[in-house]
Amino acid sequence: MLEQILVQTVNGLVNGMVLALVASGLTLIFGIMDVVNFAHGDLVMLGGFTGAVTVAHTGNFWLGLLVASVVIGLFGALLQITTLRPLIGRDPLTTIIATFGISLVLQKYALWQFGPTAQNIPQPIAGRFELFYLQYPWYRLGAAVMAGAIIGALYLFLKFGKYGIWIRATTQDRVMAAAMGIPVPLVHTGVFAIGAAMAAASGVLFAPLAAVTQTMGFDFTLRAFIVVVVGGMGNLGGSILAALFISLLEAYASLVVSPSQAVIVSFVALILTLLFRPTGLFVPTPK
Amino acid sequence: MLTLADVHTHYAKSHILHGISLEVQPGEVVGLLGRNGVGKSTTLKSIMGLVRPSQGRITFEGRDITGMASHKVAHLGIAYVPEDRRIFKLLTVMENLRTGLDRGGLTEARRRELLDKVYESFPVLGERKNQLGGTLSGGEQQMLAIARAMMLEPKIILLDEPTEGLMPRMVSQIRDIIARLHGDRVAILLVEQDVGLTLGASSRCYIMEKGLIRHQASSAALKADPSAIHQYMGV
Repeated sequence: MLEQILVQTVNGLVNGMVLALVASGLTLIFGIMDVVNFAHGDLVMLGGFTGAVTVAHTGNFWLGLLVASVVIGLFGALLQITTLRPLIGRDPLTTIIATFGISLVLQKYALWQFGPTAQNIPQPIAGRFELFYLQYPWYRLGAAVMAGAIIGALYLFLKFGKYGIWIRATTQDRVMAAAMGIPVPLVHTGVFAIGAAMAAASGVLFAPLAAVTQTMGFDFTLRAFIVVVVGGMGNLGGSILAALFISLLEAYASLVVSPSQAVIVSFVALILTLLFRPTGLFVPTPK
Repeated sequence: MLTLADVHTHYAKSHILHGISLEVQPGEVVGLLGRNGVGKSTTLKSIMGLVRPSQGRITFEGRDITGMASHKVAHLGIAYVPEDRRIFKLLTVMENLRTGLDRGGLTEARRRELLDKVYESFPVLGERKNQLGGTLSGGEQQMLAIARAMMLEPKIILLDEPTEGLMPRMVSQIRDIIARLHGDRVAILLVEQDVGLTLGASSRCYIMEKGLIRHQASSAALKADPSAIHQYMGV
């Protein structure tokens, strides 16, 4: 039993890191633009497909990761300029409807372009190691480390980079940031592009663990959304902790119930958070 | 340098500015007096592009800036110190200053110069440069707001009630800062409730009432004959 718990801890942490990568993009976008991006999971999906196509043509996984992040990042910038920029400052409902619409369009596009069958990316790191009773693939750990590295790079960029300070200033006070000469519309587009690129990277990292299908996006959006609410809307550190927390909960729950039922604990966590601590579990108590 | 001609501004359905006309010359300190709610802050916000005037023209150095995006207004050399200071509370003092420093065309040497100057004018900001903006006292936040505006090397600073809620000791410090900026040939459009400070710091004043400029005079004339101030401000 103890061994099972330890294996599930590793599983939970691995899934949690990939989920954290999706959720950090979502929370970053929400924090700065007050936009809940319901198409975020579909950017994960498109990233997965872009990566799969690139890997199929070049055989190079890392190139696939890079190409998917860049292409989807640019695509995200284009999406933001054409559909979200005109809606900034309007009723949040309009952006929810707009991103939901984008989500549907992207799914149908993927169905048309890549077909209904799942696509796979072979694991770039072969080999397994012995984890108690399991032959555990090294790639799973590799994916978690990569996700962690990307989140770490984002953190350093936000903390020390010139544009990172612009992003934090704009997130805190859009009006004053503009008055200080920060080109706020450009910062919004940039943040959306970064979020999209991170979603695409998660899609590529996740693809060798499961498969890429045109309907996978909704599940990612939903899980990332739960994480963002539980972690505190717009709070990056909170989202990362919440992603690990939720994934660990699900991993432990699947010891007792089937993995598809284990998702229920996420919703329970979401409901309890909204009931008892709507500002989020992993943020300081608001004064 | 800065000219407003018949500027009207609305917030939703309420008509706040009913045709403001005023001007500020290079290096000049101009006071904008009036009771609460007469539209002084809205005048500054209209200049800064934070609210869009419905009518009228605002020009800066001969260029029409009416309704221009705020960040572009800032790039032209107009800095804004709002009434509520609006420090980036979760950014350190240094990062707050960097929001104005991280712009194109600024050499490393010039950056250092600007920072040194600010730390010299406001030693407390130098001591607290790695502290979060939100942990500063009200007076320190006011200094940071002014220092942050100075990072833009502005030609004019729109200063909205800088002494509001400050201790007397801080008020005299603000007076010194205004004098120092004036010495550096930075123009200031000063909105203040403190009539004494405003008349002392400025060369001319406009007095506003209900969204209109009712009176303008040199500060010396207003000091000699404060009847207009009594009339429009009730003091």
